[in-house]
Amino acid sequence: MGKTLFDKIWDKHVVEKIPDGPSVLYIDQHFIHEVTSPQAFKGIEQRGIPLFRPRQTIATADHNVPTINQHLPIKDELSRMQVEQLINNCNKHGVELYGLGHPYQGIVHVIGPELGITQPGMTIVCGDSHTSTHGAFGTIAFGIGTSEVEMVFASQCVLQTKPKTMRINIDGDLQKGVVSKDIILYIIARISASGATGFFVEYAGSTIRSLSMEARMTICNMSIEMGARGGMIAPDETTFNYVKGRPFAPKGNAWDEKLAEWKELYSDTDAVFDAEININAADIPPMITYGTNPGLGIAVNGHIPVLEQIADEGEKKNIEKALQYMGLKSGASLVGMPVQHVFIGSCTNSRIEDLREVAELVKGRKKNDGVKVMIVPGSQQVAKQVHAEGLDRIFAEAGFQIRQAGCSACLGMNEDKVPAGEYCISTSNRNFEGRQGAGARTLLASPLTAAAAAITGVVTDIRELI
Amino acid sequence: MENIDTDQIIPARFLKATTRDGFGKNLFRDWRYDNDSEAKPKTDFALNNPLYSGDILVAGKNFGCGSSREHAAWAILDYGFNAVVSSFFADIFKNNALNNGVLPVTVSELFLQKIFEQGNEATLSIDVEAQTIRIDATGEQESFELNPYKKTCLLNGYDDIDFLLSRREAITKFEKESA
Repeated sequence: MGKTLFDKIWDKHVVEKIPDGPSVLYIDQHFIHEVTSPQAFKGIEQRGIPLFRPRQTIATADHNVPTINQHLPIKDELSRMQVEQLINNCNKHGVELYGLGHPYQGIVHVIGPELGITQPGMTIVCGDSHTSTHGAFGTIAFGIGTSEVEMVFASQCVLQTKPKTMRINIDGDLQKGVVSKDIILYIIARISASGATGFFVEYAGSTIRSLSMEARMTICNMSIEMGARGGMIAPDETTFNYVKGRPFAPKGNAWDEKLAEWKELYSDTDAVFDAEININAADIPPMITYGTNPGLGIAVNGHIPVLEQIADEGEKKNIEKALQYMGLKSGASLVGMPVQHVFIGSCTNSRIEDLREVAELVKGRKKNDGVKVMIVPGSQQVAKQVHAEGLDRIFAEAGFQIRQAGCSACLGMNEDKVPAGEYCISTSNRNFEGRQGAGARTLLASPLTAAAAAITGVVTDIRELI
Repeated sequence: MENIDTDQIIPARFLKATTRDGFGKNLFRDWRYDNDSEAKPKTDFALNNPLYSGDILVAGKNFGCGSSREHAAWAILDYGFNAVVSSFFADIFKNNALNNGVLPVTVSELFLQKIFEQGNEATLSIDVEAQTIRIDATGEQESFELNPYKKTCLLNGYDDIDFLLSRREAITKFEKESA
């Protein structure tokens, strides 16, 4: 029997399988940020041991950082202390840090790929659930807790039970106005916020093959939102072309050797998955969420489910509670509903292609007066590119605010928050209660759908604007 | 309640600490208090209802989904819970809980329903060694899964990191062989 892509990479990284227990899995690349690492550093200090392989960890500050005036000290004392502690810890333990002010600083899942640190065939972990993003390069990449961060510090390994495998095949051409964010929101709505728990997902099919690396990252990024341990896509010419020439990519002979290895990274034709789902790309509309988990999504021009028609009592209660929080009605359509905020950013959708798409749509247009629009590039490198391409002028003319790199309004941890009761169309990954600030109401959508709402001030079917 | 995500268990604004202690007071913060004010507890929330007490938290399916923040497990432990019972746990939360000595007990939907039907009167007994959970009032019992390795760790207070440290030689050998 053939092997899946997942199995090929997994098998190469198992140091030891504990009888009746998990495997000792070797980690090629570890990323850390300021929020989930301090307790892990403290842990190894208390044990009196050094980092085992400090060069295989790279740090950045992203969750807590303000997105304006980054040259000034962080105003919030606790945030500032956490960022300072990261600097101290990295200095003390010999970890490379791309902190505030560094040209490589940015959201951890944006900088790894753009610097060429993320490479096919690797195992990658980070104390952040959206680590699945890196799977777009054909890696086993997943989020871990702080105790596991400490394990990597201590041994460059984690203890992991092998997950089941699932393949999601998407074939055919996408409709006009439909982008990769819609694909993943559609999948999650179809299989629910827990539909892939216990699985590692491989995305395959002609639609996936036709996507750029950045579009693939958006899909893998949200794998965790359906409970998956991670998501991955077999590397191909698109992947190799993306990686080649980036600062940390192999060069010369090393590149040729690596490339030969990477070309073996695919699921064999006779490989068997524990679950398989087939999706026709033409069935995917522009999507939007109406509820308080990413699985509660509908076609942007569709209707919220009618509560009375939901057979499952638990599900009915969930949706009822979500609608109450969101201030929305059973059976209603969202099109035409005013929104007060548009947030374009996060590790899901803050890369240059996302911002180019937005710029193309808004060029020569102005935002609606009733809406505040915030664009937050995922990294210093993306911000630099935005400027080089003149996209910043397009955004400024449209009345959009461009901020500096960070996680920003994705998670209500820094200064960028949505006030209670107000609606935000957001390109981020989570619409949980209070995620963007206590009482904030989040509607997840693609950068295109978000930009459309910025222009009209209401939830808009992007297909009517292009 | 189903799909309780870790942003509810511990909202992001409380993740700024650099130690593992003190998260319990902010456990379910925005479900516990109106306008973030400890003076205004939401009386309909179980943690604010004096009829409910104990060290076992019972919740609907897909508990602990979302963010990987281990702070969720720390908050649950710090508040005083030693076990969480649900019909389904998110993967990362389950690992985080086990790594902090909080036992995630997965029961069937039906069994979970039976616990909820008992309401605030329910008391539960969990036997880690036998891997069973019992509703005391009715004597109904179910067994739950627990990885034998993790069970040994829990029962003996062993630590994954001590284990991994003991394997550093094998890990170094692995590195050389795969280079």
